[in-house]
Amino acid sequence: MLRFTAERLVGMIVTMLLVSLMVFIIMELPPGDYADRYAFRKYSGTGVSVTASDIEAIRVELGLDKPMMLRYLDWIGGIVLRGDFGQAFAFETSVVKVIGDKVWLTLAILLSTLLVTYLVSIPIGILAAVRRGSAADYGLTVISYLGLALPNFLLALILLYFANKWFGADIGGLFSAEYADAPWSLGKAWDLVKHLWLPALVLAWSAVAYQIQTVRATMSDEINKLSVTAARARGVPETRLLLKYPARLAINPVVSTIGFDVNRIFSELPIVAVVLGLTELGELLLQAYLDLDMYVAGAILLLLTAVVVFMNFVSDILLAWLDPRIKLGA
Amino acid sequence: MTDITPGALSPEEERDRQQRLKYYSASQWTLIWWRFRRHRAAMIAAMVLGLMALLGIFAEFVAPYGVTTRDANYLAGAPQMPKFCDENGCSLRPFVHGVKTERDPVTLRAKQVPDPGTRVHVTFLARGEPVKVLGFIPTDRHLFGLEDPDARLHIWGTDELGRDVFSRTLYATRVSLSIGVIGVMISFVMALVIGGVAGYAGGLVDNVIQRVTEVIRVVPIIPLYMGLAAAMPKEWSTTQVYFAMTIILGLFGWPTLARRIRSQLLSIRGEDYVIAARLAGARPRRIIAQHMLPSFTSFIIVDLVISFPYMILSETALSFVGLGLRPPTVSWGVLLQQAQSVRVIEQTPWLFIPAAFVVVAVLAFTVIGDGLRDAADPYSETR
Repeated sequence: MLRFTAERLVGMIVTMLLVSLMVFIIMELPPGDYADRYAFRKYSGTGVSVTASDIEAIRVELGLDKPMMLRYLDWIGGIVLRGDFGQAFAFETSVVKVIGDKVWLTLAILLSTLLVTYLVSIPIGILAAVRRGSAADYGLTVISYLGLALPNFLLALILLYFANKWFGADIGGLFSAEYADAPWSLGKAWDLVKHLWLPALVLAWSAVAYQIQTVRATMSDEINKLSVTAARARGVPETRLLLKYPARLAINPVVSTIGFDVNRIFSELPIVAVVLGLTELGELLLQAYLDLDMYVAGAILLLLTAVVVFMNFVSDILLAWLDPRIKLGA
Repeated sequence: MTDITPGALSPEEERDRQQRLKYYSASQWTLIWWRFRRHRAAMIAAMVLGLMALLGIFAEFVAPYGVTTRDANYLAGAPQMPKFCDENGCSLRPFVHGVKTERDPVTLRAKQVPDPGTRVHVTFLARGEPVKVLGFIPTDRHLFGLEDPDARLHIWGTDELGRDVFSRTLYATRVSLSIGVIGVMISFVMALVIGGVAGYAGGLVDNVIQRVTEVIRVVPIIPLYMGLAAAMPKEWSTTQVYFAMTIILGLFGWPTLARRIRSQLLSIRGEDYVIAARLAGARPRRIIAQHMLPSFTSFIIVDLVISFPYMILSETALSFVGLGLRPPTVSWGVLLQQAQSVRVIEQTPWLFIPAAFVVVAVLAFTVIGDGLRDAADPYSETR
């Protein structure tokens, strides 16, 4: 188990290094560099004229005149050694300050979404497999088709619309107005919890549809195994029987796709954030892209991917623990 | 006692024998088609999708107005449904009421309301703007329109600039579907090359390619697309943006399919017929294309069909937040951008109609994919 963990850990680090290289290339893609945009931002509207030599001075000062590989090393070195993600020019402060506690908000959204996904999909998937061919099973198939076809952001719009129509309430956002800019307190945390259910539900929508199908398929296979029949013949009560043998195995594919689910949630987050008015990393990422504030964008892309890679690692370890065959490479 | 001599078959037995002969001598693709045809949901989905594609291809003819044509007399107007009867009696020909401008007594804003006193009849093949169908057939006839050339028919209403939602949705259908097609084709070619090389070469090459694939798979895809789309220079023309979008979507759509091709190739690399081909001196390209690919082409096609929705949804999502296609190009995402807030949906719910197209298209592709998967699986029926 130790060797297995170490191998996965090394793999994780190699992947993250390659990811950081790709993220850096994306940061370099937009025309013009940070110095151009910085100069433009700083002097536009102030009436001060900017010459090419001024921009060049900024460029040298920020070290942007170096070759790309060196700039990459500067950037990744700053992140790894000092936790410094560079400068956010639109906010005129460091990226770390801009991102700040949005990391925790994003993780809160992620965890609540995962919680909703698994709490809904695992029991329902198992039930659908046990009651195969019933009306409920058929209804679930239809819903899971819709889960794939109706994008989350459209679902969010529809929910907002009906909430407004029926309750006259604006259910978007992460905080009520009185807590939006308040410092953290117990009241604010509770307020957050009260607002989290909607983004969690919306983001879990397609993942639930997908996972119900997975659980149902595995469960249907497992339920017909001889071990189940044998246990039933021994007189093991039906509920205990289901939970003890097939259900345990039906969870495996779900565990193995945790990283995949996290990836999908983060993928949909920026779009859903726009609709629901969530002030977290996804929304900030979109804003950074629109402003071409590439240090902020790069930092967020890197952080989101790091979470995905880490969750992949967690799922590998969990799976090896659940199913010992895996770590033996069988 | 049954007679087993071949010459003495009853008519039913003879028909049965013929049918079985036809079945056993049918080619793989014929068999797939027969099985697919029996999948009723998939057939309906295929028809819906075909209809959508036709509407998109012949948008110039079907749409009564152009993408940017404005009707200043009907801003943010509600859908007008042609009808046969009103309080003034019935007519054999469908008509809509004319429009008159009134001032809102409270806000004093001018607004357009239907005028029940006037009737404008709907005709088929009405004269309208000159267009070129398929890009080269000039005509000024449209599938339907109003008899009075000065009046406008907006069956799905207009946006706040007075542009016809129905017409725009049709043009958007063409753009959204074509982006999906081109994007899927690009990613298909890339998957074929990358997966083919990895699966055929194996070893170090395979290892390197697997690493790269892994990297692309772990980065959340829409934020990645957004980064590439954000890099498109602002001064690019709409055509450039359109092609850049297809390339961006295609560029990162290959990992799943490449993996599938790789693992299939790896598993049949050691088969006798492949070794025989290699010993006979065939080149790798020929071995892959002639001997290995045909054994799982049907699965590749299923994967391709299933990957359409992801392309379409990604494009819709990107355009929705303003990082994809830019007006005046319209796609479903660009149209939905207008319906981003609850306030807009409340006041002009018809702007949300393109969302139905997205859902129906994705649903259709998914159902067809399922139908094809069942049809392509040789073990799905026992006969």
